[in-house]
Amino acid sequence: MNALRKLILGDAQADRVVPPSGFTAQLTLFASGAMAFLCVFALALSLASGRVAHRWSEELARAATLRINAPAEQRVAQTEAALEILRQTPGVASARALTAEEQAALLAPWFGADVPLDTLPVPQLIELTEAEPGYDATGLRLRLQAEVPGAVLDDHTRWRRPLVEAAIALRRLGVVSIVLIGGAMAAMITLAANAALAANAQVIEVLRLVGARDSYIAQAFVRRFTLRALSGAAVGVAFGMLGVWLMPEASEEGGFLTGLGFQGWRWLLPLLIPLLSALVAFVATTRAARKRLGDLA
Amino acid sequence: MIELEDVGYNYGGGELFSNLSVQLAPGSFHFLTGPSGAGKTTLLKLCYGALTPTSGRARAFNMDVKGLDRDQMAYLRRRVGVVHQDCRFLDHLPVVENIALPLTVSGRGLLEEQANLHELMTWVGLSDRKDALPPELSGGERQRAALARAVILSPDVIIADEPTGNVDWEMSQRLLRLLVELNHMGKTILVATHDMALIRAAKNQVQARVLRITNRQLQLAGADL
Repeated sequence: MNALRKLILGDAQADRVVPPSGFTAQLTLFASGAMAFLCVFALALSLASGRVAHRWSEELARAATLRINAPAEQRVAQTEAALEILRQTPGVASARALTAEEQAALLAPWFGADVPLDTLPVPQLIELTEAEPGYDATGLRLRLQAEVPGAVLDDHTRWRRPLVEAAIALRRLGVVSIVLIGGAMAAMITLAANAALAANAQVIEVLRLVGARDSYIAQAFVRRFTLRALSGAAVGVAFGMLGVWLMPEASEEGGFLTGLGFQGWRWLLPLLIPLLSALVAFVATTRAARKRLGDLA
Repeated sequence: MIELEDVGYNYGGGELFSNLSVQLAPGSFHFLTGPSGAGKTTLLKLCYGALTPTSGRARAFNMDVKGLDRDQMAYLRRRVGVVHQDCRFLDHLPVVENIALPLTVSGRGLLEEQANLHELMTWVGLSDRKDALPPELSGGERQRAALARAVILSPDVIIADEPTGNVDWEMSQRLLRLLVELNHMGKTILVATHDMALIRAAKNQVQARVLRITNRQLQLAGADL
């Protein structure tokens, strides 16, 4: 706790013992800024994928569609018969036939808004919602086959599963990206810290000569790199969040890509990135300093 | 206070010296002399723990130097003030901060030590040069600054490696007087030098012993000065 307090508050005099080094300072600032910027997008991608996977699995899991492919003169009768069967089927919470306007709206993206549905052999659609614990899809299919020959039950499983799997995989990729970004940042800061320690070998020798403990010498470097990573990442996150904020808002037309942002309190999540970057820099520099000071001993 | 007992040191397979024994009693003043390459600097480093002997035993303040961990070594360095021939400053810090460096690294506030610091800078004659950077100092000023840095924590032992190597006669006399003053204050002094004139000049100021390294052996060079 005392070490953390020292790290945050610092010691103006102790901070001066290590000379400012332009190259490593710029490298650390740039690396942490760029990584934080990328991290914001990886986080946004991960969260959006998670949202999509959740929505698809939740919304579609409890819904199914019954399609009535019957000649025009039998369509109404078969629709009524199918609705009656669905009302009697245990596990079906509700069932209703889509209106002509709703069916037209579904086809509008492909045929335009003025499609004359009554002139097209469009099947009647029935939307059904599943109750808990659900219905027996196989039994329902057999009954429909016998009583409503034109009815085809689509419980969405066929296309829902790969979509949900893809969304989950995308979220996983986002998380892996964040971990890799953290690792790459740790590697770059370790390199920069090693370069700074090597360049200041003579400073370290003088500090040891006058009685500086290794923890004091290490802290002089660790504090500097931690603060650089913190400030660099803060700038990177600010730009990243601005980029995400400037993306088009989520819309039905835009689909998944336009929903690639943060929602509600999740806008606060990127603010953790500078803190995590500082933590990564702290650990990386501490390890580098310990090793280097051990080698120089 | 500092004791080397039958110590030997090898450099890359070659033996620099062996079976050297020396004891620095509290308040004593020793000169260490010998030809270049004889091992004077190495012997000094063995005294303040910068090197560990390859044979024998080095003890400082009743502790075996070989067994000290790095923190203990740092505390040992605070009790032994060292003046190098090349002084070794942090060139980006002004002289006053270089002199105060032992205070800084030991966590003592500079504000509380301002009076002592000013007094010390006056004592070594650098009060008007406190804001200069080390590269701006002359050879004599650098040596005096290094001496001030070595004594700021009031260490028990002061070790100086060729402190007059890069200064003129007048300045070497001035440095000698400072070392003698410190000895009169009760500090143990060990000075490595090949400057016999300096040793002779010390004759009237202090009772010192002269140790000479020759042929890998340490000998007492005659009676007390």
